[in-house]
Amino acid sequence: MINIKIEGIEYQVQEGLTILEAAKACGYEIPSLCAFNHGECNQGSCRACLVEATGARGLVASCVYPVSDGMEIRISTPKAVEARRRSVELLLSNHNKNCQQCDKNGQCELLHVAQLVGARDDAFNGTHSEVFVDRLAPGLVRDTSKCILCGRCVARCQNAHGLGILGFENRGFSTIVSPAQNRSFADSPCIQCGQCVNVCPTGALMENSEIGKIDAAFKAGKHVIAQAAPAVRAALGEEFGYPIGTPVTGKMAAAMRRLGFERVYDVNFGADLTIMEEGTELLHRLTEGGTLPMITSCSPGWVNYAEYNYGDLLPHLSSCKSPHQMQGAIIKSWWAQQHNVDPKDVFVVSVMPCVAKKFEKDRDQLKVDGIADVDAVITTRELARMIRRSGILFNRLPEEDWDADIMGDYSGAGVIFGVTGGVMEAALRTVYFKLTGKEHDPIEFTAVRGHDAGIREASIDINGTTVNVAIASGMKSAKVLLDEIREGKSKYQFIEIMGCPGGCINGGGQPYVRPSLLPNEDDDILDTYKEKRAKALYSEDERQTVRQSHNNPQIIELYEKYLGEPNGHLAHKLLHTSYAAREGFNEIQK
Amino acid sequence: MGGLNSAAVAQIKEICARYKDEKTPLMMILSDIQNEYGYIPLEVQELVSQETGISVAEIYGVVTFYSFFSLTPKGKYVIGCCLGTACYVKGAQNVIDRFSEELKIKPGETTPDGMFTLDALRCIGACGIAPAVSINGKVYPKMEVNQVPKVITDLYMDYKNKEGQSA
Repeated sequence: MINIKIEGIEYQVQEGLTILEAAKACGYEIPSLCAFNHGECNQGSCRACLVEATGARGLVASCVYPVSDGMEIRISTPKAVEARRRSVELLLSNHNKNCQQCDKNGQCELLHVAQLVGARDDAFNGTHSEVFVDRLAPGLVRDTSKCILCGRCVARCQNAHGLGILGFENRGFSTIVSPAQNRSFADSPCIQCGQCVNVCPTGALMENSEIGKIDAAFKAGKHVIAQAAPAVRAALGEEFGYPIGTPVTGKMAAAMRRLGFERVYDVNFGADLTIMEEGTELLHRLTEGGTLPMITSCSPGWVNYAEYNYGDLLPHLSSCKSPHQMQGAIIKSWWAQQHNVDPKDVFVVSVMPCVAKKFEKDRDQLKVDGIADVDAVITTRELARMIRRSGILFNRLPEEDWDADIMGDYSGAGVIFGVTGGVMEAALRTVYFKLTGKEHDPIEFTAVRGHDAGIREASIDINGTTVNVAIASGMKSAKVLLDEIREGKSKYQFIEIMGCPGGCINGGGQPYVRPSLLPNEDDDILDTYKEKRAKALYSEDERQTVRQSHNNPQIIELYEKYLGEPNGHLAHKLLHTSYAAREGFNEIQK
Repeated sequence: MGGLNSAAVAQIKEICARYKDEKTPLMMILSDIQNEYGYIPLEVQELVSQETGISVAEIYGVVTFYSFFSLTPKGKYVIGCCLGTACYVKGAQNVIDRFSEELKIKPGETTPDGMFTLDALRCIGACGIAPAVSINGKVYPKMEVNQVPKVITDLYMDYKNKEGQSA
């Protein structure tokens, strides 16, 4: 510990902290923009955190300047206050201030910091940088007019995936953050996971909103049916002031019903269906000598990564569609038949924690007889926006159930799809039963659980055979497992890969976790939010009476009355897909 | 990376291998490629990325940050007009504008026939002879606006003579 003074008051702090971190520990929040998540990004570029410190020439950027013994720090002197205000005013002078039309409004850190430092309207007037807006990618929108060049997205893309799609380009006033050659995300090997959106402090990076498509479908008189993914319930409450990790399943169903959807379904049913198909596929591969290890295919960000970078390993991917696509296909076939509706008049909306799903739903390989399984994908954040604009007071909603006709039941196995290791565990519960004829005791496979990036592995004994499994989330971890397969050194039979670190609970469409905008959360919320959201899902799993996908009565009924066998002919037509290698940079004419 | 021939691929791999023990090899690799080929297109950056593990976006960022690196082939004659303080005061802006007008290209661009590239330079350390212009390493002192057309014609002549010799 070392001794420092802030505003003349003595404190003891840990050595090695930056002034920003030390001040936070002592009860001061210095405004900052570029600094993020314990130095994940610390360019010292925004200059919003300038303070006076002894031993330093002039003002220092507190996010990069380390504390030292005996240091005296002044945050509130007129010189420091004015410098911070000027810095932010300079950022604003080259910023597109159309805040009313910006979807980030309410959660914009630039606006928050501008208010904190007392930035004046149009303090500096001058030329604006040339503006580039990329709306070509189904998942993401990039608008350089709102970019403050903080570098958070660049750091996140590199840290989470080791890919580094985004980088700084050109110099001086012409500097922009973009994929190489200022290309669209659609024309670069971007996997559209949206992790960059989650860290962008302004509206420069956003999801490509599809709320307008839903409005159009309602106007056209379609049968608009909504389905929500497991991870959404673990985070939607955050948008309405609930503490992180509060499950809001019942209120979410109630809210979606009040938005006018003809049916509101839980994608957990689709998750159970995925396990039936994927589990069966794994058993076939294990017993009949198929390509091993088999890798899960639920995460469209991961599928994009595989197609761009590991075209040679595509036979390892399960041919199963992701749960919401499966469920969409069932809605447009079985449900439509049951209700005497033309599938062309059905409009399926998926509420997802994900922006890559926006890309996924448009894939040609996912169409059945030319009809897409899913017509629009909105993120958890977009759902919150729809709820707000409809005047629904979320907190006062009653707890309601999902619609239960045809696909209302779901198992606890379906719920945990939303967290890294969840698909693996759900599959193991069913595969164990199929091979042994009895349920695994205890039901849980805790060895595969976790809530962070990094690789976990486990060996499961099933009837004397050992099944080696591995789990990775984030492409940096996935790459390690994939390179092993490529080199012929992989010892696994089954691998789960999720695009986003921590899985869907930390997806690119989830509510923003911005410590400065969440005064009621703990200081270490960026370290704990994934675990808290994961717990919300595991607790729902425990509350379910049915815990295994193969015991879901409506799944059993669906196979008996409609699909026949898992991996059977009709199941293949509706529920399975294919992949194709893609070249990241060569898709457009240079 | 389909556009690169196998000889170029091999040579770029060799250049990357030269600096495999360096902690931060990127600048050296890019300098060598720039010197060897005169420019560093995206295909080449992809190959360097593959060889070094540095992301394409980062390489592209470095290439576009330093004016020494070029994304497009440079012309046979690279006309560098110094716009440093002394040259600027002595009217260098008019000189570069005249080059721009005569060649119908903006600074940083290359003529469609591949003959000329026009570059704006910061101080080249020749303030005593301002405004200075440097063409393929040869310095033209105290350049005047009305000399510009003749300089260009002379360069054409120079090129034709060289062509004649090599033929």
